[in-house]
Amino acid sequence: MLTPQFKALYKKEFQSFFKTPLGYVFLVIFLFGLGYMTFEPGRGSFFQMREASLRSFFEYVPWMCIFLVPAVSMKLWADERKKGTVELLFTMPITVKEASLAKFFAAWTFIALALFLTFPMIITVLLLGRPDLKIIFLGYASSLLLAGGMLSIGSFFSSMTKNQVVSFILTVATCFILLMAGSPPVLDLLSAFAPKYVLNIFESLSLLDHFESMSKGVIRLSDLAYFTIMIGFWNFSSVVLLNENKAE
Amino acid sequence: MIIVESLCKKFDDFPAVKNVSFQVEKGQVLGLLGPNGAGKSTTMRMLTGFISPTSGDVHICGDSILTEKEKAQAHIGYVPENAPLYDEMDVTAFLEFIYDLRGLDLNQRLTRVQEILKLCALQEVEFQKIETLSKGYKRRVSLAQALIHDPRVLILDEPTDGLDPNQKHEIRKVIKNLAKEKTIVISTHILEEVDAVCDRAIIMSHGVICFDGTPATLKAQSPTGKLDDVFRKITAAEERC
Repeated sequence: MLTPQFKALYKKEFQSFFKTPLGYVFLVIFLFGLGYMTFEPGRGSFFQMREASLRSFFEYVPWMCIFLVPAVSMKLWADERKKGTVELLFTMPITVKEASLAKFFAAWTFIALALFLTFPMIITVLLLGRPDLKIIFLGYASSLLLAGGMLSIGSFFSSMTKNQVVSFILTVATCFILLMAGSPPVLDLLSAFAPKYVLNIFESLSLLDHFESMSKGVIRLSDLAYFTIMIGFWNFSSVVLLNENKAE
Repeated sequence: MIIVESLCKKFDDFPAVKNVSFQVEKGQVLGLLGPNGAGKSTTMRMLTGFISPTSGDVHICGDSILTEKEKAQAHIGYVPENAPLYDEMDVTAFLEFIYDLRGLDLNQRLTRVQEILKLCALQEVEFQKIETLSKGYKRRVSLAQALIHDPRVLILDEPTDGLDPNQKHEIRKVIKNLAKEKTIVISTHILEEVDAVCDRAIIMSHGVICFDGTPATLKAQSPTGKLDDVFRKITAAEERC
């Protein structure tokens, strides 16, 4: 059951994206960037693939998210703590857990809106051919889960520091490591000194692998569990951290 | 109304507040005085439940801030130091947000927000963004959010700090009007505030209470009759200890 406090903070946080230029800048760059990369003439371009699918679109989602999601998450707590409004917030009848989740879901809804606004892509493929709508739906679902995972990492780093730039850099770096965790260059590098089981653990943490398998239309329980645990773990850590350092 | 029992707060090994106890009755305006770093804000933050004490407890209208935190917080209106606000919001939207956050009756929201805007003389700026307001108006907005749920206890952390004399006068006028029906704790290092609005003063230094009495008793301790002199004498004596 959602409390009135959760609803009030969720609404305020979601609306705040449209009260500053941040929300509009995010939407313009996200939509223009993804549109350009999907259709740009070159290897992997939409037209060169000669198939009615959004494969070339979803390929670029992680790389847009790696910069834009931390830009959304960096202000979640860093700004509150720097301005001192955190003191105002936590003398209201709202728990740290409720507040943290309200902020997370508001930002996630905003990213969902950004993904929704890419609907002209779906119309384009529907006009050009007969795409598999199930794959498209799963592509969007995996994009949303990927963004949620990155957002929860961002929420954690935003509650760690009062400096938004530090929060942004730490989130980008962590997301990049997690995206690349299963890639051959990283695994080759690790295999030089790490035992096999460490390599397996590292590989299983790869955001990109879980995202790609789902965006190709395969629903695996392990992928769903991965994103759920990822979002739960980082949000839980964020709550623990905020309980410790909210007054600093 | 407010019962503070053996309140202690340590930050790592540094004791910021040491064994502080006092009671504030209904209708009383208590001035919590002390030099910067005396432990006033830390005490205020523990009274409001923002930080937990290392030991001790606070009861607000009978509810413990440790075991019945939300109930205790519902009795309190709090203006934090420097009156932090959400600058990107306009005044009415901000007050409506605080009203919702307090979990109050949604049907009464419009009426209550209008009442508060009138009480704090904010009607002129009700649709203005908070970031564009003067310091005086910002303090009034902060006071308005603290009053939105008609609390029985008001805790104000340096409410007139950094304001010009006219703005100070305005804020003090509002506080004096509220004093008739509420219990108020004001933290300040401006001694004229005590004379202007308080009927009891507690002086803190290095985390302990060095004086507890009326402003008149405090003045009587000074040969010159000036609060500044006796304040220096009391806090300096504590420093030497």
